[in-house]
Amino acid sequence: MEQRPFSDTSYNQFLNEEKLMGSRCKGCGARYVPPRPICVQCHKSEMEWVEMKGNGTLAAFTCITVAPTFMVAQGYNRKNPYYSGVVDLDEGGRVDARIEGLDPAHPESVKVGMPMKVRFLHREGVEPKETYLAFEPA
Amino acid sequence: MQKRRKLGRGVAIVGAGMSKFAMFKDKDSKDLFAEAYREMLASVDKGVDPADIDALYLGNFSNDYFAHQSHWGPIISDIIGHAPKPATRTEGACASSALALREGVFAIASGFYDMVLVGGVEDMSKRTTEEVAEGLALATVPYEGRVGFTFPGVFGAVATAYFAKYGASREHLMNVTIKSHNNAPLNPKAQFPLSIRDMMNAKMESMKKKGMPSPEWKDEKAFLSDPKANPTVAWPMHLFDCCPISDGASCALLVAEEIARNFTDDPIHVVGIGQGSGRGFHASADMTYFEATRYAAQEAYGLSGLTPQDVQFSEVHDCFSIAEILHIEDLGFFKPGEGYKAVAEGATRLDGPKPINTSGGLKCKGHPVGATGTSQIYEVWTQLRGKAGKRQIPIKDLRIGGAHNLGGTGGTCTFTILERR
Repeated sequence: MEQRPFSDTSYNQFLNEEKLMGSRCKGCGARYVPPRPICVQCHKSEMEWVEMKGNGTLAAFTCITVAPTFMVAQGYNRKNPYYSGVVDLDEGGRVDARIEGLDPAHPESVKVGMPMKVRFLHREGVEPKETYLAFEPA
Repeated sequence: MQKRRKLGRGVAIVGAGMSKFAMFKDKDSKDLFAEAYREMLASVDKGVDPADIDALYLGNFSNDYFAHQSHWGPIISDIIGHAPKPATRTEGACASSALALREGVFAIASGFYDMVLVGGVEDMSKRTTEEVAEGLALATVPYEGRVGFTFPGVFGAVATAYFAKYGASREHLMNVTIKSHNNAPLNPKAQFPLSIRDMMNAKMESMKKKGMPSPEWKDEKAFLSDPKANPTVAWPMHLFDCCPISDGASCALLVAEEIARNFTDDPIHVVGIGQGSGRGFHASADMTYFEATRYAAQEAYGLSGLTPQDVQFSEVHDCFSIAEILHIEDLGFFKPGEGYKAVAEGATRLDGPKPINTSGGLKCKGHPVGATGTSQIYEVWTQLRGKAGKRQIPIKDLRIGGAHNLGGTGGTCTFTILERR
């Protein structure tokens, strides 16, 4: 199995490779996405990588019209809002993600609890490579 | 379970001050802190020699980013003539000055100092709205900021989770906004001293003057439901769910309890202080409460021996309307899922059984983030001493008040309980 360190750098590298990866504590079996180097349940540091299937449900969401500058640079603004959300993974654990495939004109129609599946959004024209974790309705 | 805490010796507040909160094109952090400091000196009933102040603890979140200047401890220390005595900056995002208060309390309780100035300052308005959104988002959890969450976005997501769990709706958030705006005109320091009704009338008047058809809003909720009057910021957070961008400063003078009566016959005692840390959405079991607030509250109640029922009123960190509902539940004033109903019933109004944010809250008073924590202390101190003027809480024998401050997306939360004896 992978020998990469259990870090955000590794997590982001895996996203570039279109894999949603977490860490599992060899001591107590607790599972973390994004990965943690230290188990916050049993405080041991023996971890192994686990790949998530990328299925889950929408736990919370927002549709953002006043965007920070790095999102404005990607074309988002009052006229072109975007969704961010929180997704509960089927295997357990919860991740922050961009949410695609929802109508930005009708956030009132979006329902918490909707089934979601993973999608990897590769940011255009940036070096080094950057990939956003995203989900869309399943 | 937490260990039971205790202070080495008691600490009291004998003076407090705050600048007006607003967007100032021509005032910077030094100007604003000087304003707060002068009011603090004048508020000490029997007077104080500024040379007796042993140390300064100053909360500031991110003037580094907002004003392109860091290291504000000694800068502020110099402007008030305190240098070369020590000045320490505390940073806990929007809870920065509550941490300054806490450090000041510890410094006196330990016996090291007898008199400490604590305060906070932030100068935000020289940036564009987008830049401020990005500056504040520096205090989100990294995984949140990276996928585009802004502060309003995080609280918008919290609102969708709360709505789904408890059946609340946007209308319940409007109750918070309307209540805060009813208190604000009574606070001369508030950035928006206008009720929603005042603003509706002003808007209709201006439309009429321009010869345009006047909108027909039957009440405040119709106004708040009109997307032209109240546009979306981060669904379901709209403009009137969000605190403004503000500049301002605030401070309080702490002394050892045993010398408090040298300065005033009416000192206000710091009986409970608590602080907790949060983890962010990805590690939260439930997004409808702030674990850090519950921890801070437990610590403050444990130290004081008081219960949520004993706290007669409180300032809480209503950076967004939904936040106020979560806080009044997390602090134990109302049961989980019951906060929005209590607000709807008027329980948190100025004349209700549990007044919340009599200052107008962050929403109307303004939220210069590093100054907010000690400005809440200023409000509670003023209320407990019966000097809040038109917004004085009409409860007889007002003795105990609380101040809840939240930093980031719940990463740092504090709760402070003050008592008049």
